[in-house]
Amino acid sequence: MIEFPILTMLVLVPTFGALLVAVISKRQPDLVKVTALLTSVLTGGMSLWVLFAFDKDATANDGFQFVSQHTWIKPWGISWHLGIDGISLFLVVLTGVLFPLVIAGIDPHHDHKRYLSWMLLLEAGVMGSFISLDLFLFFLFFEIVLVPMYFLIGGWGYDNRVYAATKFFLFTMVGSAFMLVGIVATAVLAKAGPGGAITFDLIDIAKNADFAASTGRWLFFAFAIAFAVKVPLFPLHTWLPDAHTQAPTGGSVILAGVLLKLGTYGLLRFGVFLFPEAAVWSRPLFLTLATIGIIWGAIAATMQTDLKRLVAYSSVAHLGFIVLGTFALTSSAITGGVTQMVNHGISTGALFILVGMIYERRHTREIAELKGLQKVAPVFAAAFMVVMLSSIGVPGLNGFVGEFMVLIGSFGSARWWVVVAAGGVILAALYLLWAYQRVFHGEPDEDNKSFAELKWKEGMLLLPFIGLIVFCGVYPKPMLDRVQPSVDRLLVHVEEKSNWQQPHPSEPVERIEEAHGEGDSADETTTEGEG
Amino acid sequence: MLDAVWLIPALPLAGFLCILLLGRRLGDPKSGYLATLMVGGSFAVSVGVFIDLMSKTAEERHHLKTLFTWVPLESFKIDLAFLADPLSLTMCLFVTGIGTLIHLYAVGYMHGDERFSKFFLYLNLFAFSMLMLVLGSNMLVTFLGWEGVGTCSYLLISFWHEKESAATAGKKAFITNRVGDWGFMMAMFFAFWAVSSLDYSVINGSQLSSTTATAIALFAFIGACGKSAQLPLYLWLPDAMEGPTPVSALIHAATMVTAGVYLMVRINPILAVSAEYAGWIIAGVGVVTALFAATVAVAQNDIKKVLAYSTVSQLGYMFLAVGSGAYVAAIFHMVTHAFFKALLFLGSGSVIHGMHHEQDMRRMGALRKLMPITFGTFIVGWLAIAGVPPFSGFWSKDDILLAAYDKHIVLWIVGLVTALLTAYYMTRQVIMVFYGKARWHDAHEEHGAHGDLVSEHGELQPHESPWTMVTPLVVLAVLSFAGGFINLPFEESTERLAIWLEPVVGVHHSDTAKLPLALVAVAMGLIGIAVAYAVYYFKKVKAVEPKILADAWGYDQAVSNFMGGPGRKAFDGVAWADAHVIDGAVNDTGLLVRNTAGQVRKLQSGNVRNYAAAIAAGVVLLLAWFVVVRGIL
Repeated sequence: MIEFPILTMLVLVPTFGALLVAVISKRQPDLVKVTALLTSVLTGGMSLWVLFAFDKDATANDGFQFVSQHTWIKPWGISWHLGIDGISLFLVVLTGVLFPLVIAGIDPHHDHKRYLSWMLLLEAGVMGSFISLDLFLFFLFFEIVLVPMYFLIGGWGYDNRVYAATKFFLFTMVGSAFMLVGIVATAVLAKAGPGGAITFDLIDIAKNADFAASTGRWLFFAFAIAFAVKVPLFPLHTWLPDAHTQAPTGGSVILAGVLLKLGTYGLLRFGVFLFPEAAVWSRPLFLTLATIGIIWGAIAATMQTDLKRLVAYSSVAHLGFIVLGTFALTSSAITGGVTQMVNHGISTGALFILVGMIYERRHTREIAELKGLQKVAPVFAAAFMVVMLSSIGVPGLNGFVGEFMVLIGSFGSARWWVVVAAGGVILAALYLLWAYQRVFHGEPDEDNKSFAELKWKEGMLLLPFIGLIVFCGVYPKPMLDRVQPSVDRLLVHVEEKSNWQQPHPSEPVERIEEAHGEGDSADETTTEGEG
Repeated sequence: MLDAVWLIPALPLAGFLCILLLGRRLGDPKSGYLATLMVGGSFAVSVGVFIDLMSKTAEERHHLKTLFTWVPLESFKIDLAFLADPLSLTMCLFVTGIGTLIHLYAVGYMHGDERFSKFFLYLNLFAFSMLMLVLGSNMLVTFLGWEGVGTCSYLLISFWHEKESAATAGKKAFITNRVGDWGFMMAMFFAFWAVSSLDYSVINGSQLSSTTATAIALFAFIGACGKSAQLPLYLWLPDAMEGPTPVSALIHAATMVTAGVYLMVRINPILAVSAEYAGWIIAGVGVVTALFAATVAVAQNDIKKVLAYSTVSQLGYMFLAVGSGAYVAAIFHMVTHAFFKALLFLGSGSVIHGMHHEQDMRRMGALRKLMPITFGTFIVGWLAIAGVPPFSGFWSKDDILLAAYDKHIVLWIVGLVTALLTAYYMTRQVIMVFYGKARWHDAHEEHGAHGDLVSEHGELQPHESPWTMVTPLVVLAVLSFAGGFINLPFEESTERLAIWLEPVVGVHHSDTAKLPLALVAVAMGLIGIAVAYAVYYFKKVKAVEPKILADAWGYDQAVSNFMGGPGRKAFDGVAWADAHVIDGAVNDTGLLVRNTAGQVRKLQSGNVRNYAAAIAAGVVLLLAWFVVVRGIL
């Protein structure tokens, strides 16, 4: 019996949707919208099906599930190889869920047809990137993503959109150029290994190739530069504020929600997994850049005058935590990093939607021009508050879980970086609360007096985000249960292929009874355990 | 009943959810009563659990109730679990008990506010968070509550957010607390990597090196300094008085600000094995804060600011006790302080309410006849905080001073001076508010026609408050009077709190003779009262209220100046560097490429003669190379 190729469909459905939207007549705007929505909902539904069918204890196929493998270009060993594991699972689901919400809830205002077509193509590209297990195929999807995003920013963005779109495109292309060289070199050099035949297969190379240390490091950096731009890692981050600010709301949501994760995901899957020795070797560099990014991004965010730019810089800081966790190379740190990828997508996506709503009403993003919105729109302000608290990392909401796990997990292997990085949580409160005060508190002036309250449709768009913010914060177990086995498998692989040994917390030794009165009574309270 | 411990935080959470969904429909005052009922329910459950716990032997007085696994990793497992033991139950009882009273009080105080139900929404969320904090069986659940109370505190301080000062105060409280939270997180990291768990039972019961224990203790203390408003992080608490008065009473006097003390007592076995200087740092910060805040309180004119600095000062006493190893004394004072400070705050709220939102004590006076119940209860609170026997504050403060004496005589002396100042500034407050001549008419003339300040006859008429506000005052007055009886120092059997807490904090012995010390302390309190009478009642001595004290020694201003000056410049510098250096490099690279390309492009002129010339030149150069360099010819 042939299994239903669900992962292939995840890529093909939005691709066909994009084509379909492109060929439907412009005169039937409703048909265009319905087609786009149905396609994205179908894709989202399939991603949810994958989530529920995913077996968290599966070990076959190196932990990859729903694998679909077909030879594509035989002489070069390129194949259509898709698979999903705990690391990519929730990114796929996030992509599947985010796109229909953006398509249904955010209005691009003009040229719906082209906009929706690009959106669906973007979805196909992102999906493909997250599930490709072939270097060539991954590169293909990774590059496809650029094109729709470029047009979305350039076509539906704000005043300075052409500059931002070009910057985004060139910046990422430069990184990709390194990666292309890296991919080809990896495939060619890996051939020297036992098999002899050239291959682009990720798992094959990761398991069998045996690069010399210096070669591995060169190759690793070729990949890492592309991902570092995408994340973006300090100091390669300056395209992000421009792209975010100028992109239309829908574009920003997707950009923050899933596109940036291509970078952090890539670092794990095509950096650490493929070149463990090099990743371990370059830990200090990446830990340092990540930590600088956390502090730098937060400080820069504090001083922004444009609300959207502020959120963009906050992404630099938040993504720094993910990179920190990745290169801390402990089980809980990487699991936390993966969790944070998803949670950042939810909360920052929601923040961009809210900022977009403010722009729709006031046609400005300048913090100085907004004032007292809480008085005129309390429900809107409450929604903003919940999302903001999640972004600050208040426990009980989703933002806390990943960040905290990254920090506590990294403490064992990167103590001093953590000491500094944890300061980022202070700054996160600073820039967001300060902005909130300026925008929402105080007496509204003339311009802000007529600020409209949250509408039903807008509320419906935000509701899933807020639901996820609370759910993932209160009960992260289902997510962590699925992520961790894959992370552990990755770490076993790293430990096999390099001299890395992840530190483990010391086992407790029960305190010996002391002569002092304080000693023994203290013990009594502590022996109860699970009782 | 023990298994129902989860109900204690769950009831206020249910109240929060109900008001969230139905708040607008319930409105004023029904949502307030609902919220009160929920916290009252928590109190009832707490009493039930308490009785159950009492019926067990001392060794068995702990019960773990796990709800579900919060973080399930093999390497990092955290349960959402509650620990019912004498310490957490003591906290629960006074948090829910005082919480109920203050909820009820707020029904009257907040009556007519347009955001009435939202106030109770936050208040119930606060009660939930506070109970999570004290009931958590591991540091992470405590941290959940810790951040939760911080968030609620932020929301409630800036409750009247149209006011710039209120909004700023809320933000300041949150951010200052976050500095402390950094310390709390570090403490968790150290503890986790030392014993692979965050459970108090494991942390407290494991062998730790002195270095690790010291690190955990001191980082936790940084967190405690933030939450419990100690130097250098106390700054947010005086500003927090911008919040409605019930909030000041509940959060910023009785419950939340004691969370730091609770945390330190909770990890007391770690303090026991940490280096000696850790205890000294804690006791030192405590006693310095106590003295510092007491001096500042002497010169405040805002009725709530006096109480705010007084709270900072009293919390300093509690840390003095913690640092001296007298955990029972710390908890004892925490409880009695919760009684009398809540009473004083609610009393001041009643005054503010009766004075139509006047907070300046210089515009009060002679209120004792107009507000007899408020006056009578306030007097009880005053005697309690001044340390007059047999009021509750006397007993608990005395325990702390005794422990300080055992630790070092200097600590004791500073503690005594603080006690004197405390009696002095509280007497000053009582006289300024309730005695002397009525000064609100002056205020009236000064202000001109001040709409709601004045009755229809053109006269300000302070009035007694409604029953919802007065009842809690009376109950708290009784508690402030009798609260000390839970731990009387006459013989071991009357030290009930010490016996009750023994399974958690052990025994603290002192061989010092208690009576002489107590007499000295009482004398100090009476001197303070006498001096204040001489200055403010009989006006025999000129009042000393230097500006430097009113400005809190200029510390707040110095911090603001630093933040607004060099701090802001540094931040601006980063933003500038980001835009000009880093992004500048990016744009310059772009420009360089474009300009170079622009130059190179000119070569492609489309002019055939140029191309031919270039080819010719190339040929010549190639030939020359072959000839000259390779020597082919």
